[in-house]
Amino acid sequence: MLTTSQSPVYVAHSLDEALVLRAAHPEAMPLAGGTDVMVFIEAGAIDPPGFIDLWAARDMAGVADADGGLWIGALTTYTDLERDDRVVKAAPALVEAARTVGAKQIQNRGTLGGNIANASPAGDTLPVLMALDAEVEVASKARGTRRIPMDALYTGYRTLAVAPDELITRVFLPTPHPADVQHFRKVGTRLAQAISKVVFGARVRLEQGKVTDARVAFGSVAATPVRCPRVEAALVGRAPDPAAADHLLVDIAPIDDVRSTADYRRTVAARTLRSFISSLA
Amino acid sequence: MKIDFELNGRAVSVEAAPMARLLDVLREDLRATGTKEGCGEGECGACTVLIEGRAVNACLVPTVQVAGQKVLTVEGLAEDDRLHPVQTAFLKYGGAQCGICTPGFLVAAAELLAEHPSPTRLQVREALAGNLCRCTGYQKIVDAVVAALTGEVEPAGAPGDADLDRASRTC
Repeated sequence: MLTTSQSPVYVAHSLDEALVLRAAHPEAMPLAGGTDVMVFIEAGAIDPPGFIDLWAARDMAGVADADGGLWIGALTTYTDLERDDRVVKAAPALVEAARTVGAKQIQNRGTLGGNIANASPAGDTLPVLMALDAEVEVASKARGTRRIPMDALYTGYRTLAVAPDELITRVFLPTPHPADVQHFRKVGTRLAQAISKVVFGARVRLEQGKVTDARVAFGSVAATPVRCPRVEAALVGRAPDPAAADHLLVDIAPIDDVRSTADYRRTVAARTLRSFISSLA
Repeated sequence: MKIDFELNGRAVSVEAAPMARLLDVLREDLRATGTKEGCGEGECGACTVLIEGRAVNACLVPTVQVAGQKVLTVEGLAEDDRLHPVQTAFLKYGGAQCGICTPGFLVAAAELLAEHPSPTRLQVREALAGNLCRCTGYQKIVDAVVAALTGEVEPAGAPGDADLDRASRTC
């Protein structure tokens, strides 16, 4: 034991209580499954003056079928996602991503809302959520709810377009088109317990042999997870063409860091993309 | 703050900082030292416990989050003198060497047994991917769990008392 935070913890037993506590203690850090927060505390990287514990707010967990898609509560764990037949059917790429987060112990505790709020450029579910046109619902006691498109959520490195009195409450996944193909690929050091060097989510609509809609998103290759508009534009309107991957370098900006090099990331990102496009032809 | 929860079927009450790691409260406040600390950052699985039946890393759980919940540690696997099938299999197959990772493996395997009475070998490997062992090379651990869960693998020879004596002397 290196560090135990002595800061107060405000325990929310419902979403409504959570919003009241969030408004009263905007300086306090929201805490879901703890799988990132506890690591940061132990490393001495953070020392928030307080925490809002959301774990007991059970109405923030679970999946609901409504509004032409699925609503996934922020407190829904990766294991819950893997086991929900509706998520498996509508968002197989998200389930694949959930299965690669840490290992069982992390998947049992870590939450979708936590992955989004932690805002790591390497967050495994984030490129997939972008590819699936997910929207993130945030709420405050004072102003109610609003929806932020996933590709407008991150404004900079680990920075979210979420106000200090707002909480991430749930995620909306629109029902996929029957002609959509989803894809997820993570490249790490090993299969389990790896933080991604490159993480890739995509959704491509194929009709009569042509791509009619495309979403391509990567993580670990820029300061935030990024959508790749140049690649998407190059894909649409023709048969799947691996040459679209040539535009990737305009859309991503990888760096050298402890887990990999910019050069490796550029090479591997382009290859995973080309391999996916080839698989469509 | 005062935090009440259930540990291995028994009601316990501790006075702890709400953000104190469950791992420290188990080992230091409750003297339940079966749960080990390895990496302290959720990578190695040595501190695996079950909360409400789900395997988690106790180093990543703030104690406030187990208020009112059921926690099971390696100490709670055996019922009286009767070992859990996974424990028996680890003995038979030599699934332990230095022993530090063993409690975490046993608890993770117990969750798997509860969820999948007859998992495939791949499912066993996947369920145990969050537990690191630096001695055995995993083969005997996986053999032990497959045996405990499916009876698919027969032991080369069940250990007698002499084997267990020798094992306890050399560890």
